[in-house]
Parts: sequence; structure tokens; C-alpha cells
Amino acid sequence: MELAFIIEKFALVILIFVVTLVIAMYSTLAERKVAGFMQDRYGPDRAGPFGMLQPLCDGGKFFFKEEIIPAGAHKALFILGPTIAIITACISSAVIPWGRDLTIAGRVVPLQVADINVGILYVFGVVALGVYGIMLGGWASNNKFSLMGAVRAASQSISYEIAMGLSIIAMLMVTQTLSLREIVEQQAGFNWNIWVQPLGFLIFCTCAFAECNRVPFDLPECETELIGGYHTEYSSMKLGLYMFSEYINMFVSSAVMVTLYFGGYNFPFIDSLGLSPNLLAILGMVIFFLKIFAFIFFFMWIRWTLPRFRYDQLMNLGWKMLIPLSIANIVLTGVITIVKDTFF
Amino acid sequence: MQSLSNRKKVLEQKPLNFWERIYLPAVFKGLTITLRHFFKRIPTIKYPEQKRPYSKNFRGQHSLKRDEQGRERCTACGLCALSCPAEAITMISAERKKGEEILYREEKYAAVYEINMLRCIFCGLCEEACPKEAIYLDGPHVQPEYLRKDFIYGKDKLVEPKFEIND
Ligand code: SF4
Ligand code: SF4
Repeated sequence: MELAFIIEKFALVILIFVVTLVIAMYSTLAERKVAGFMQDRYGPDRAGPFGMLQPLCDGGKFFFKEEIIPAGAHKALFILGPTIAIITACISSAVIPWGRDLTIAGRVVPLQVADINVGILYVFGVVALGVYGIMLGGWASNNKFSLMGAVRAASQSISYEIAMGLSIIAMLMVTQTLSLREIVEQQAGFNWNIWVQPLGFLIFCTCAFAECNRVPFDLPECETELIGGYHTEYSSMKLGLYMFSEYINMFVSSAVMVTLYFGGYNFPFIDSLGLSPNLLAILGMVIFFLKIFAFIFFFMWIRWTLPRFRYDQLMNLGWKMLIPLSIANIVLTGVITIVKDTFF
Repeated sequence: MQSLSNRKKVLEQKPLNFWERIYLPAVFKGLTITLRHFFKRIPTIKYPEQKRPYSKNFRGQHSLKRDEQGRERCTACGLCALSCPAEAITMISAERKKGEEILYREEKYAAVYEINMLRCIFCGLCEEACPKEAIYLDGPHVQPEYLRKDFIYGKDKLVEPKFEIND
């Protein structure tokens, strides 16, 4: 491995890390702003112009809060919980292709940390690991509300991961590859996968909401029943890390959804603009981020529109509707593919 | 049972139909509603920068008035304290000495006059009760303080500042 390669990857990792954290940070502000506007008010606007400094103030506040580890808690696991949550949230973006290859001084620099051929499976694996953070934290707190939250988180993510996986299978039948970069390249221009897999997208999107513990599926931290759910006993920056990992998860799952279904960094007429490849790569990246922001907005929009599901409704939706629906989607996709192959 | 008011309604919960069970139409409807609110004009008044116009008969902080010659009008009759529904007013009266005629209009005056602004409900009954037209609620808002004791306003805050008599 040459030095330039290592430097290039290192720089990319740092950059993505910083961008992820900044986006997560400002998502907290955006969330409150969106909530405000949807409820006919302004949201935070006192710290700096338009409240732009609010996330910094919140972060500072988290650092200065008293750190409490309950007497009956399992100390090591209590600390491990938020650590796992934030680490898994941060590393899941490694396989996402952020843009076309850049050419800098004769070197081709791919805007993707790792183009592994099991791209989607990697995301799935890491996201599944993220539940351990919640479970460990909830269990280690030695609090029944936390434990309930943790148990809910575990059962919810297991149930929805099945439907999510099944919806991806239908998608893979169309794309014939697991590598995210190839999937994006196939969607060049306006051939986005959403046109061929609308049902799959709907299922995937619903499951993504459930996996991110977002309203309407935020039962693990349902305030009305469980006080704070799995993070009831957490305070200070540990609580901050849990919240942060939630926002990072939201960002990453928006990125995954855009990559899989909305063409990633492709946009219509990308090749008829006549721009230089480097410029196109950057433009593509900007477009990619715009799409991601649109999805993040969608996440928030849903949050401030829908009430929370009841637990039995959640399970019914997962097992009795989404799973059969995604299996039907697989069958449908198979039939359509065969019909297309034989007749056209 | 027979309802006496005739307004009793029996609600029955029907099982959800297909469209209701897949949630999507309802979700879509909800999303349009919130989106409409997103672009609506926001009625918030950003207080320290923007202020609401006050009504002409806004009742603010009390002031104890002086007469044309700059003498305090209050005679410590206690009618305001008596009329006050919140029991916010207390006072200690004193007799006017010789030579104090330029300070107090009546022979009896309030040596101490206190209003507890945390108790006061700004009803204006003290203003109505006063036979000497000595008290009016024509001041600004009561300022915030850190300690409760600072909300008990004495004569230093209530009596109007002395003005020059020019004749
Ligand atoms: S305004 Fe009403 S409550 Fe306040 S001091 Fe006068 S009488 Fe009492
Ligand atoms: S303010 Fe008026 S009512 Fe109150 S004690 Fe003085 S004179 Fe009497």
C-alpha cells in the first residue's frame, strides 16, 4: 500500500467524520426549527442569527452537566452502551459513495472510503450492531424503564430488519450487485431505482424509520410510558452521545436511501452539461447532499405529523403487513423480470 | 339510561377499512396539513425587539400622585388597602408636623406605603377607591427581580418624582 493511498483515505475518513458530526449537530437545530414552523412558531432563534449557535450551546451544556452513574448500574457496560451506539453510527457511512472519482494531479481519488463488494450487507451488519448500544445501556442502568426500552428496541429492530432485508432482496434482483457504487452507477441520469421498486422503497423507508427509532416508531424512548426509555438513567455527554448517534443514524439512513433508490449522486442530464469530470464529481456530491437533506427533512416532517404507534400496532405492522408485503414484492419483481427477459 | 340533557351521543368504533388499515392515505393527509402550517405566517411577537401596542387603559405599575404644588396627595386613609382584593397594600400613617405643609397636602400622610407587586392583580380597585385621587395604575410593567423582597415597592418607587413648580 503506497503512502499516497493511505493519506488519501485518511483525509477522506476525517472529512466524512467531520461532515457527519456537523450535519448531526445541525440536525438537532433543524429538528427544532422544523417542529417550530410546523407548530406555527419560530423555534430557537436567540443564540446567534436564526439560532445558528444553538447546537454549540447545547453541546457545551452537555459537557458541563453532572455525570451520574447510578449506584446499582453495571459500570463498564453503562459506559460501553453509548460508546457502541456512537461508534456504530459513525462507521456505517464508510461504504457510501459520495461522488464520482476526482482526478487530482493525475491520481484518481474515489469519493468513497471503501468500495467493498458487500456494501449493503456491511451497512446492515453495522446498523444491527447499533442495537447493542441501546440494549447494553438499557440493561446496565438497572432501571425497569430502561430495561423495557432496551427490550423494545431489540424486538423492534429484529422485526423490522427482516422486512428491510426482504425489500433489499427485491432490489438486488434488479441491480444484480451488492456494491453500492455499482448500484449508483446503474442509476445514471434519471434511471432511479424508485421507478422500478416503488413498493420496495416504501417498505425500506418505513423500516428505516423503525431502525432509527424515529417517530412514529420511537417506542424504545417513549416518554409517556417509559420516562426516557433506554436512556432514562443517562446524563451529561453520555446522553448527548445517544442523541447524537440517533441523528447520525438518521443522516446515514437518508444517505443509504438516496443511494439505493434515488440515484445517489446522479441527476438528470448529468452528462449533457459538458462540464469537466472533476466539476461534475463535485456537483454530483452537492446534489447528493441536497437529496440527503431532503430526506432528513422528510424524517422530521413525519416526526412532527404522526403520533406514536402502540406497541401491538407496531408489531402487527411489522410482522403481518410489511413482511408479507415485501415477500409479495420479491415475487412481483421476479415475475416482471422474467416477463421482461422473455418478451422484450 | 335515558339522557336528561338529550345531548348524549353513542359512539361506536367501527373496524378500520382497508385504506385506513394501510395508514398511507391518513399519513399523506397529515403531511399536507403540517406542510401547510410550515408555510403559514407565524403569529409570534419577538418580545424584546417587537412590542404589542398597549391599550389606552392599560393598567401597569402604580404611582402615588402629587398635587399642583408638588405635595403628596395620599392621606393614608387606607381605603385602597381595604378595597384591594389581593391584600397587596399596607401603610403606616403619620401626622403632619408644622413646616411640612409643602410636603403633604393633608394633615395625615403615609409615612410608609408598600405594595407587594407579586400579590397585586392589577385590578385597579385601589385607584377607584381612593378619595384623594392619589393613586393611579399608569406606570410601565413591573420589572423582573431575583428576590421576592424586591417586589415589595415602597414609597421610593411609588411616589412620582418631584416636579418644579413654575409660577
Ligand atoms: S390594583 Fe387591585 S390588587 Fe393591585 S393594589 Fe390595587 S386594588 Fe390591590
Ligand atoms: S392612596 Fe388614596 S385610598 Fe390609599 S390611603 Fe392614600 S388616599 Fe387613601
